[in-house]
Parts: sequence; structure tokens; C-alpha cells
Amino acid sequence: MRWIWIDTFVDFESGKRASAVKNISLAEEYLHDHFPGYPVFPPPLMIEGMAQTAGILAGEARGFAENVILAKIRLAKFEDYARPGDQLRYDAVLDSIDERAAVSSGTVFLNGVQIGRVDLIFSHVRGDNTLGLPDYNFVFTEQFTNLLASFRDQITSGSTTADEG
Amino acid sequence: MAPSQDEVFEKVQDLLSDALGVDTEEVSPEATLQGDLGAESIDFLDIVFRLEKAFSIKIPKGELFPDDIMNNPEYVNGDQMTPVGLEMLKQAMPHADFSEFESDPSMSRVPELFTVKTIVNYVESKLAAA
Repeated sequence: MRWIWIDTFVDFESGKRASAVKNISLAEEYLHDHFPGYPVFPPPLMIEGMAQTAGILAGEARGFAENVILAKIRLAKFEDYARPGDQLRYDAVLDSIDERAAVSSGTVFLNGVQIGRVDLIFSHVRGDNTLGLPDYNFVFTEQFTNLLASFRDQITSGSTTADEG
Repeated sequence: MAPSQDEVFEKVQDLLSDALGVDTEEVSPEATLQGDLGAESIDFLDIVFRLEKAFSIKIPKGELFPDDIMNNPEYVNGDQMTPVGLEMLKQAMPHADFSEFESDPSMSRVPELFTVKTIVNYVESKLAAA
């Protein structure tokens, strides 16, 4: 099992921006406890969803050479709740990226209406440094990179946008 | 025209307030980033990115915060910076005020060099050189 909080990418422009969606289903067990009788998608998982959207955007921009680790939540603001049956969309923009880190700004939409902002910083960590980390990429496993499968052709040929409709 | 010192300070004040989650009034010129404003290691990178954006400058690794010198065991003896280490740090950080630090250059006092004024001085030097 893997901790994946986005269902699919609907837009991916290499090194620039990405959009992913998450459909919320009452089949997801945690919603039965959060809260009993009133299921609400936990806002911290919206931060995670944005981190995965922006993190894959940052990772892909440098050929998945480094582990991209969420290092700081610059901003997280939500103005509404998401509930079963709703669709969340995470729009992430890569503001800057270099060998040290990546900075993203993001907007969260609930059924197409903007409800939040999440701005993040990621650290780039290579396995061969002194932190005692594994020497393989432990962030971008196959399950994560498979999320980009439908965009692979566009990415390798210079990237573009998919049809959202 | 280059912005005045006050304009630079106000911009730095705003971005430090955002980066560190503190009130702008707390961001006085003398305030130290770690001791007074609670900055942690990742915040220094955040500050670098925010400065680059706010002032349209490029800050090479180790220029504003020369951690390569501070983390070099050759420049440290126990808790004290060696005279060579101190000299290297002074050369690397012309934007910092060493007048008090020099009398007791211990590693535990290094964070005192990183004040709001240090950053303002650095930005001004970058803008003047641009």
C-alpha cells in the first residue's frame, strides 16, 4: 500500500505547472471517523494532496534525480469543507527550483470553485549524502511515477496540457 | 534608481514576517533570526528564495549564510572559531557586524551575527553591485 492522495493528473506542463484531482468517496474508511455522522475530508490531507501534485512536478523537472521532501508549509488556508461526492483539484505552480530546493504555490478547488491556497517548499535530498538515507529514490516509487503515465508522451516530447473537459 | 535603506528594510521586514510567522513589529533591525524570530534551518532557504523574488536578485549558495565555513571543522577548535576561521567568516560576510562577536568568537554565538540588519546590508550590497 502507498500513501497516495491524488487520483490522477489532469494537466502537466513540465517544470511549470500541474493539476491533479482527488475524488472523495465514502468508501474511504477514515471518513467514517472524521467525523461520525458528518464525514469531512481532513484539511491536512489537502496539504498532502498539494504536496504530491507539486512534489511530482518538482521531481519530474529534474528527472527524478533527487528525493523531493516536503520541508515547509509556507501557507495553508482553506475556506470550505470537502465531503464525499466532492472533487478536489490541486493546481500547483513551480515558482523556483534549483539543486537545493523547490518552491511551489498552489490553489485548491472544490467542484471547480476556489476554496484554498497551499504554498510549499521542498528540499532536494540525494541518497549519497551524509544523512544515512537509502541510496535509491525512496520518494518517487513506481506508483507515484505511474500517475504521470498518460502524460509521458507529452513530457518526453516537450510537454503540454491535457484536455480537462 | 536603487531603493532607499528604509525601503529595503520595509520589504525585508514584510518578507521575514511572512516567512517566520511573526508580527512586523518584532522584526527590528537588531533582532536575530534564530534567537529572536525563531528561524529554523529550512527558514533560511525560504528567506533566500523570498529575497531573490522580492528584489530580483540571485543569491548563490553560501553567500548570505556561509554555512560551508561555519560547518568546516578546520575553522573550529572546541566551541571557538579559530582566528583563520574568523577571518574567513568576516571576509565571507562583509554585511554582518562582527564588533561584538570578535571578542568571544564561539560557535554558540554565531547565530547572533544573523540579524535583520545583516540581511538589509546584504541586499543593499547586492542592489548596489547590480
